[in-house]
Amino acid sequence: MATETLAEGVAHGGAALSSCLGANGSAIGMPQLCVDWMPNQIFWLLVALTAIYFFLSRIGLPRIGAVLAERQGTITNDLAAAEEMKLQAVAAEQAYVAALAQARADANRIVAEAKAEIQKDLDAALAKADAEISAKSAESEGRIAEIRAGAMDAVAQVAKDTAQELVLALGGSRDARAVTAAVSARLKG
Amino acid sequence: MATEAEGTGLVFHPMDQFIVKPLFGEGPVMWYTPTNATLWMLIAVLCVVALFVLGTRGRAVIPSRLQSVAEVFYGFIYKMVEDVTGHDGVKYFPWIMTLFLFIFFSNMLALIPMSFSPTSQIAVTAVLGFGVFFAVTIIGFVKNGTHFLGLFWMKDAPLFLRPIIAVIEVISYFVRPVSHSIRLAGNITAGHAVLKVFAAFAGIALIAPASILAITAIYALEVLVAVIQAYVFTILTCVYLKDALHPAH
Amino acid sequence: MELAAAAALGKFIGAGIAAIGAGIAAVGVGNVAANYLAGALRNPSAAASQTATLFIGLAFAEALGIFAFLVALLLMFAA
Repeated sequence: MATETLAEGVAHGGAALSSCLGANGSAIGMPQLCVDWMPNQIFWLLVALTAIYFFLSRIGLPRIGAVLAERQGTITNDLAAAEEMKLQAVAAEQAYVAALAQARADANRIVAEAKAEIQKDLDAALAKADAEISAKSAESEGRIAEIRAGAMDAVAQVAKDTAQELVLALGGSRDARAVTAAVSARLKG
Repeated sequence: MATEAEGTGLVFHPMDQFIVKPLFGEGPVMWYTPTNATLWMLIAVLCVVALFVLGTRGRAVIPSRLQSVAEVFYGFIYKMVEDVTGHDGVKYFPWIMTLFLFIFFSNMLALIPMSFSPTSQIAVTAVLGFGVFFAVTIIGFVKNGTHFLGLFWMKDAPLFLRPIIAVIEVISYFVRPVSHSIRLAGNITAGHAVLKVFAAFAGIALIAPASILAITAIYALEVLVAVIQAYVFTILTCVYLKDALHPAH
Repeated sequence: MELAAAAALGKFIGAGIAAIGAGIAAVGVGNVAANYLAGALRNPSAAASQTATLFIGLAFAEALGIFAFLVALLLMFAA
């Protein structure tokens, strides 16, 4: 392969610039297999690889690595902060719920107290009113009883008197005691 | 050339795109001559530098577009190295990143019309492939001593099969750098040669539209191949490195 | 001259035969991809973790096709 092409190149009498180029400038065989060109490519490949390696290991990769690490740090920090805020929010909610429950309990207590007080006042007022009413009704009953007793007496007196007068007018005796007894018996009966 | 179709004006030179030419003037290509290979390799280097310098210029926590591209490269290769080789492989990450970025940008830049593709050259990929091979072998012996040879001695195979397996393993071990380098060069060479052949067909008016459509389709395929070959080269490097670091599977 | 023409003819025939290897490698690559897809559809959760293996398998299958292609190229251009 290469030796043949070399021979052909030489056969062209130095007209070709390389042993792998034909007289018309096109390749003889596969250019990839031309030994003349290999050292050049290998040399420049090593130069290129070395350049890329030193660039990457000194500048390129540390930068990206730093950026990625920084981003990771930021994300971690943000997540931690978010977590903390979430905890705070939960705590605040719990505090709120507790305060609400406390307030509700207070309100209930106050309502109960007020109700009890009102009840007490009411009871007292009721008791007083009851007492007054019963006093008044007792008094009234006393008076009624008195009046009734007075009326009964008056009726009895009138009846006795009337009976006496009637007995007298009918010609009976004026035995007042007997008439009175008879009237009393009738009144009782 | 044997492929020239004389008389019709249809001339195939699918291999001429791989010719190494001096950049300045005419003359023989010495090992130090700046050539088109030099140019496109250095453009690849400049692309890497531009991506990582311009991209990370802001060092922003919220990345710009270019920075997120650089971060995707970083994260992708870092994860690959870590997943395949484990934690002790991470210190070889800059080397693997170098290989990946060089191959990736060489492949992509080679798709620019009239450009030169360094990764299509056997010399280049052989240096890469054999470089990986020797590096991995040396790392294996330095890290594990003679224990590294356990890679070829299957402990879980039946005893009478072990020597046979060992022979096969040794052969496959030494074929690795060959297939590693020829895979890359062959893929890129094949794709570019096919593009060139279809481009030559485009000179015939009758089949030019079909030819151009085919070029478009193959070009799209070649973009895919460029990325996949860079990925494959890198992940195989990681796999070989894993074998060197943990020979006992 | 007759011999040279026969040699050239032989080179091209050999290159053509070697190119069949590329087609056979395509079968292998398709096999890898098809089995990956079948497995991935059965167990989609495990698919993502196996893409690296997929590409390694594809690379190995394809490398042999590339070898065949290389033989064809060598026959055509370098032999």
